[in-house]
Amino acid sequence: MRPILMKGHERPLTFLKYNRDGDLLFSCAKDHTPTVWFADNGERLGTYRGHNGAVWCCDVSRDSTRLITGSADQSAKLWDVQSGTQLFTFNFDSPARAVDFSVGDKLCVMTTDPFMGLPSAIHVKRIAADPDDQIGESVLVLKGPQGRINRAVWGPLNRTIISAGEDAVIRIWDTETGKLLQENDKDVGHKKTITSLAKSTDASHFLTGSLDKSAKLWDSRSLTLIKTYVTERPVNAVAMSPLLNHVVLGGGQDASSVTTTDHRAGKFEAKFYDKILQEEIGGVKGHFGPINALAFNPDGKSFSSGGEDGYVRLHHFDPDYFKIPSI
Amino acid sequence: MAEVMSMEAIRTEAARLNIDLSGVDWNSICLPPGEDSGVRSDDDDLNEEDSLEFDAGFGNIIIVDNLPVVPREKFEKLEGVVRKIYSQIGVIKENGLWMPVDEDTGKTRGYCFIEYNTPQEAELAKEKTNGYKLDRAHIFAVNMFDEIDKFMKVPDEWAPPESRPYTPGENLQHWLTDEKGRDQFVIRAGSDTEVLWNDARQVKADPVYKRPFWTESFVQWSPLGTYLATVHRQGAAVWGGASTFNRLMRYAHPQVKLIDFSPGEKYLVTYSSHEPSNPRDTHRVVLNIFDVRTGKVMRDFKGSADEFAIGGTGGFTGVSWPVFKWGGGKEDKYFARMGKNVISVYDTESFGLIDKKSIKVENVTDFSWSPTDPIFAIFVPELGGGNQPARVSLFQIPSKVELRQKNLFSVSDCKMYWQSNGEYLAVKVDRYTKTKKSTYTGFELFRIKERDIPIEVFELDNKNDKVISFAWEPKGHRFAVIHGDNPRPDVSFYSVKGGKVSKLTTLKQKQANALFWSPTGRFIILAGLKGFNGQLEFYNVDELETMATAEHFMATDIEWDPTGRYVATSVTSVHEMENGFNIWSFNGKLLYRILKDHFFQFLWRPRPPSFLSPEKEEEIFKNLKKYSKKYDVQDQDISVLLSEQDREKRKQLKDDWERWVNEWKRYHEQEKIDRQMLRDGEASDVEEEYEAKEIEVEELLDVSEEVIQDA
Repeated sequence: MRPILMKGHERPLTFLKYNRDGDLLFSCAKDHTPTVWFADNGERLGTYRGHNGAVWCCDVSRDSTRLITGSADQSAKLWDVQSGTQLFTFNFDSPARAVDFSVGDKLCVMTTDPFMGLPSAIHVKRIAADPDDQIGESVLVLKGPQGRINRAVWGPLNRTIISAGEDAVIRIWDTETGKLLQENDKDVGHKKTITSLAKSTDASHFLTGSLDKSAKLWDSRSLTLIKTYVTERPVNAVAMSPLLNHVVLGGGQDASSVTTTDHRAGKFEAKFYDKILQEEIGGVKGHFGPINALAFNPDGKSFSSGGEDGYVRLHHFDPDYFKIPSI
Repeated sequence: MAEVMSMEAIRTEAARLNIDLSGVDWNSICLPPGEDSGVRSDDDDLNEEDSLEFDAGFGNIIIVDNLPVVPREKFEKLEGVVRKIYSQIGVIKENGLWMPVDEDTGKTRGYCFIEYNTPQEAELAKEKTNGYKLDRAHIFAVNMFDEIDKFMKVPDEWAPPESRPYTPGENLQHWLTDEKGRDQFVIRAGSDTEVLWNDARQVKADPVYKRPFWTESFVQWSPLGTYLATVHRQGAAVWGGASTFNRLMRYAHPQVKLIDFSPGEKYLVTYSSHEPSNPRDTHRVVLNIFDVRTGKVMRDFKGSADEFAIGGTGGFTGVSWPVFKWGGGKEDKYFARMGKNVISVYDTESFGLIDKKSIKVENVTDFSWSPTDPIFAIFVPELGGGNQPARVSLFQIPSKVELRQKNLFSVSDCKMYWQSNGEYLAVKVDRYTKTKKSTYTGFELFRIKERDIPIEVFELDNKNDKVISFAWEPKGHRFAVIHGDNPRPDVSFYSVKGGKVSKLTTLKQKQANALFWSPTGRFIILAGLKGFNGQLEFYNVDELETMATAEHFMATDIEWDPTGRYVATSVTSVHEMENGFNIWSFNGKLLYRILKDHFFQFLWRPRPPSFLSPEKEEEIFKNLKKYSKKYDVQDQDISVLLSEQDREKRKQLKDDWERWVNEWKRYHEQEKIDRQMLRDGEASDVEEEYEAKEIEVEELLDVSEEVIQDA
């Protein structure tokens, strides 16, 4: 089907997130204003005004009532999804980047960038059931990795936190003690900055995308490398189909060198790979800048991509897509 | 071995010396020249060959003997004379002239040493002044300082050279005996050079031999595929053999830049140019012709770059390569070069000029040999503002007889295209229109093998069309022309059979700027390289139909394999991205692609010509069905095997995956209760637990009253 082009952001997209029911799509961009859309027809539902910098990441609670956003304005904000009102602001001394609700939505992990001599850090905050009781104190602060931490997510049963970033290392932390439990095997790991990380629905495995032009699939518990998907371009965004054994990689050449070549050389395609065979099975073109964000609808029947070009493209799969033979 | 310091020790040392280690760029650190910290390079050749040129360090000193013996009062004068002679040739180093004096008599000893800036200058000085007559009694004897040792060691008595017992070499043609009839190719990417089989049936490349830093600039196959030549600072080398690529011969030529094989690969021409130490002088050029098998220098040519730069446009530091063009087919009988107003033809028996004379041709600007016969064509442009017409002539060697000549008027440029069998010569002539403001193109066709060499003139349908590319069908009678104005030119095919040029067809508006005939003829690729982004059209000229169109984005090079079965298209490092190559079948089916960063070269290994007679070839062609049966069966077997392997691999992958998934499911089940607790007892974390309830909702939207009137 023809993709739905969603024009609402004025700056490059940074992150996309569906709610659990798959009827809402949240988008973050560098233009300070996270936006919520109807995931079916791409109609704009509303915006969340209040941030004063690029918004890097967001997450929505399981019951679709709370939205958390991390922004370059050195804050993370908790919003009421329905009304769009700010419920709470977590202030930091450096830009916030990744945010992720835990299972049960009682905790939230946030990362902050290295800034003015401050190292990067991972913070765990408690999210109060009643916003009036909300406090800004961290339950846990983890430090150690060099450079930016681009993504931090909860492992199975909130027992671990998985982080990845500029130093190309994936780390698993214990959420009880705050200890570093594991780092990935350097020989098989990424060689350059890890830009993105996507968990499977049951959190048993996750996919990382890196500027080293590959994406890798890992076991969340043992941090064993399971699959590697090789592409021709730096990978900025990854997503896994909840329905079929497909993974999608998005990226493209550096935004800085986009204008120097033919648009086809940029390879701004969302590339579909067979999750098991690691073979490319198709591509979806359309963006005229690198793809920065990808998300699958939880029903697996549509996905959306957000690009450096400022557009979100919402794709509902044709019936043919579901007939792609697997093995 | 040097002592290895631990990182800790380095840190303390650095702290002691007050060096900030974080500010040190480790890659920029290198050892002082000649210092290796006691770690010897593994490459013996490197050590050995380095000494050849650099170690002795006296290569730039010459000894001039047979000088007059003069008393002290005349010393200055003699020194002045010698200095004058030798400073004309190159820059003598400061204090570089030393004339020893006999202390007893106070007279000079009759010889002197001269030190130049470069060995090249010293060599030139030796060459030019050895035998120089200062006067009747004093004829200079000039030698290199380095050679003195050699002369001292000459034994007084002649000893017969030892004859070494014959050791059988490897079969250099071994690659032709491949059971699957595959072809080889060499690729150069990054620092690695690799030879591979093109295993098209298995749709992959099968590695043969790989070696990092095999060459310092490029590699080149010899024309019959026997040798792979590499280029190094010290000279060129050839490699070959049955299975591993062993070095077969070395050709010493310091700072060699370009190499060229004779068509029968008997000889190798190497070229280097040297920067003069006096910037006003021109570059000095050295050319060596080696016998490939023995490694012996058959002839060397030395001179200033100007002498070798005539005619050719562009090229390497003004020299158009190859300087020497080989004629007379695969026998390597003659080679020639163009000089100012002359064509110098040499034969390989004596390596001297034929009849000791060059052929005088005023103002010749271009010449080219027939690919098969000792005939060459020359082009002389118009002279005297059009008073003397331009002309194209054919010369026969060794008789130097002019076979045919054609005068041409108001010519702006001319280009010669030989058909690969030497049967036809097409000359593309650009002529000025009457106003001289623009040009139009015509062709002169020489039928070399016919009596009296008839010439035919033909023009394109629209003679104002610019000709972008021209190509003869190899061994055939057809040619293709890309003509018209950008961006979408036309492609026309002509046949010259039956004594007349006839047009076969014109394909309109093609995205093509280069033509690549299959080496066996019949098929051609119309390619749109560079600006056309790598558009490819595979065309069958027999049927006049397009077999396939494809694209290899940004393709820079296209090469057919020597059998005409496969084509390689490659993107070399002139583009930053997409580096690598694709292998296609002759009819445009993509077989496989390999991506390599920093991809420099792709070269098919050439094959020597077939031993089959034309009759035999025709017989095979007629009974192709019979012969091909065997191969069809093989193909079938392989494809069955492949799909079998593929199925197995997929099954394996699937099984592995299932194992992961099952493990995850198990964990997921185990943790179910914990998860529920985390979610305050809410159970529905799996899709199945959704319950579809139908709820009927009645909503009153609007109430309106309407009066219905009775009729």
